[in-house]
Amino acid sequence: MAVTTYIDAIKEGIWEEMEKDESVFILGEDVGIYGGAFKVTKGMLDKFGPMRVIDTPISESAIVGAAIGAALVGMRPVAEMQFIDFISCAFDQIVNFAAKCRYRWGAGVPIVVRGPSGGGVHGGPFHSQNPEAYFFNVPGLKIVCPSTAYDAKGLIKAAIRDPDPVLYFEHKYLYRRIKEDLPAEDFVVPIGKAALRREGEDLSIITYGAMVYKALEAAEALAQDGIDVEVLDLRSILPLDEEAILTTAKKTSKVIVLHEATLTGGPGGEVVARIAEKAFEYLDGPIVRIAPPDTPVPYSPPLEEAFLPQTKDIVAKAKKLAAY
Amino acid sequence: MVKPSTSDAYAIAVPDGLELDRTGRLELYYFMALNRKLEERLGMLYRQNKVVGGLYSSLGQEACSVGTAYALERGDFLAPMIRNLGSLLVRGVRPTDVMAQYCARAIGPTRGKDLNVHFGWVERGLIAPISVVGALIPVMAGIALEMKMHDKKNVALTYIGDGGMSTTDFHEGLNFAAVHKLPMILIVENNQWAYSTHVSKQANVRDLAVRAEGYGCYGEIVDGNNVLAVLDATRRARTRCLRGEGPAMLEAKTFRRKGHAEHDDAGYVPREQRAEWEKKDPIDAYRRFLVERRVVESASEIDEIDAKIVAILEAAADEALSAPFPDPSIARENVYG
Repeated sequence: MAVTTYIDAIKEGIWEEMEKDESVFILGEDVGIYGGAFKVTKGMLDKFGPMRVIDTPISESAIVGAAIGAALVGMRPVAEMQFIDFISCAFDQIVNFAAKCRYRWGAGVPIVVRGPSGGGVHGGPFHSQNPEAYFFNVPGLKIVCPSTAYDAKGLIKAAIRDPDPVLYFEHKYLYRRIKEDLPAEDFVVPIGKAALRREGEDLSIITYGAMVYKALEAAEALAQDGIDVEVLDLRSILPLDEEAILTTAKKTSKVIVLHEATLTGGPGGEVVARIAEKAFEYLDGPIVRIAPPDTPVPYSPPLEEAFLPQTKDIVAKAKKLAAY
Repeated sequence: MVKPSTSDAYAIAVPDGLELDRTGRLELYYFMALNRKLEERLGMLYRQNKVVGGLYSSLGQEACSVGTAYALERGDFLAPMIRNLGSLLVRGVRPTDVMAQYCARAIGPTRGKDLNVHFGWVERGLIAPISVVGALIPVMAGIALEMKMHDKKNVALTYIGDGGMSTTDFHEGLNFAAVHKLPMILIVENNQWAYSTHVSKQANVRDLAVRAEGYGCYGEIVDGNNVLAVLDATRRARTRCLRGEGPAMLEAKTFRRKGHAEHDDAGYVPREQRAEWEKKDPIDAYRRFLVERRVVESASEIDEIDAKIVAILEAAADEALSAPFPDPSIARENVYG
């Protein structure tokens, strides 16, 4: 056992898969000699050489397109978006090429597109986004958003081994703030499986990514007031773990859905809809969504703080819901 | 815009040093004629409402598809665009597959899930296109990347139109391939019209091939209606790729003689321009070449090939149309592996 940060967990996961499987390779901007803007790929060029750690032009569409081509002929590419905000430049390759190949002509596209997402680091409108919802409506894709070092490693390995395109949204706020002891042996975290982070009886918070920690902080605070909160970490957004969602909703009968993607059209709406359709008779109050307002992510600290859901907001809304 | 032709009889010029035996010369004719007659047969099926989606014609561009695909070898990869039916035929796709696909039948290569030439088989070196033009270029660069990684003596070939050249993916894909010196051949099929938009509204250069220089890759202009010239240029491009010189881009000058798709009468195309290019019909010209250069004893030998094609297409149409539509139960299958 060794204490591993969230960012090193991602790196270790990729590294181990590259050691194990010759078909795994990395491509992206500044991933080679510089080791990546956040150093996720540091040391990989020396270890694996320039044919497996490929510095590319600033061409997100070509990065993903080339990954697709290589994947079609048996490779397992891991494409880095320097900031996940830039994934918009590769949108067509992801949603029209990668996502539809298997359905159309039976060709699997086992690619991973990964990159740093999320706010809280004063990155401003183009270095802070949570674009998972753009892809949530695209059959053929899988989307994962790890919150712990264990999941970061287990999910990157699962993503690399998966036969389909997986978008891996890592949260840059967690990179060096989150660490834990990881098992030395090989492990994966299955895609599509949520994890219960805290058990409770009175109210459920369903969330993912960095918001898991806000939910846990809120749960601690609410415990002081005698409100026993359950926290479900979705870990995968697509596919959703519907069973885990319905189980916690039926158990506590009161649900908050919390995420860092903006409110309207965010993944939370789908979670709410599934509960409303399939667990309506268990509910003892309205399902509450907590998410940033429908604005770009602002830069200045007081503005960004106002944008991101804060523990006190969660506590206040939870108390109101608990009172039903 | 269009150079006046010096003679009504457009003639096939034989490239210096082209090596192609009699069988090869006849095969080129066979595939071009098969391409055209298959599209004519599809036109009938379209008018009978058997083709349930759009129908796309490569009338006048057959030499470009056939000549480029014929230059490829075992292990090479090809990704067609919508007017490259001929490329698929050269690579072994059966007319039945094409008809069943257009007619949305269960035996079509995508079992009714996609239309027209949107199909492929990785194991046969064929990559299915998507409707978004340009997208294939980065993808084929990725296939060429794998060839380079494993030191394969192969190339990845795809196409782009004069219109598709305006896309981001053209720039990103060709630049990526050039920077990494990948064995990719990009055929710029300049048929002068992207739907209703003339090439002069797509590019402020006379020859699209000049753009190759800006990417540091080889560029060449080829007569897209001369199948021998297309074959020769593609073979030379292939040799360059195998020498590790990076991608090659060929601009095949040609002309789209029908509309964007069957529904489009292309009324925006000047009549004189169309008439000019009709005189340069690639199949008629090649037919004359075969007779004049005594590749065949007489024109009747070519007529026999045509008759054989008609018989093949009738049998293919029977097979495709007797096949059922797909069962609705497969509509939800194969989204994930």
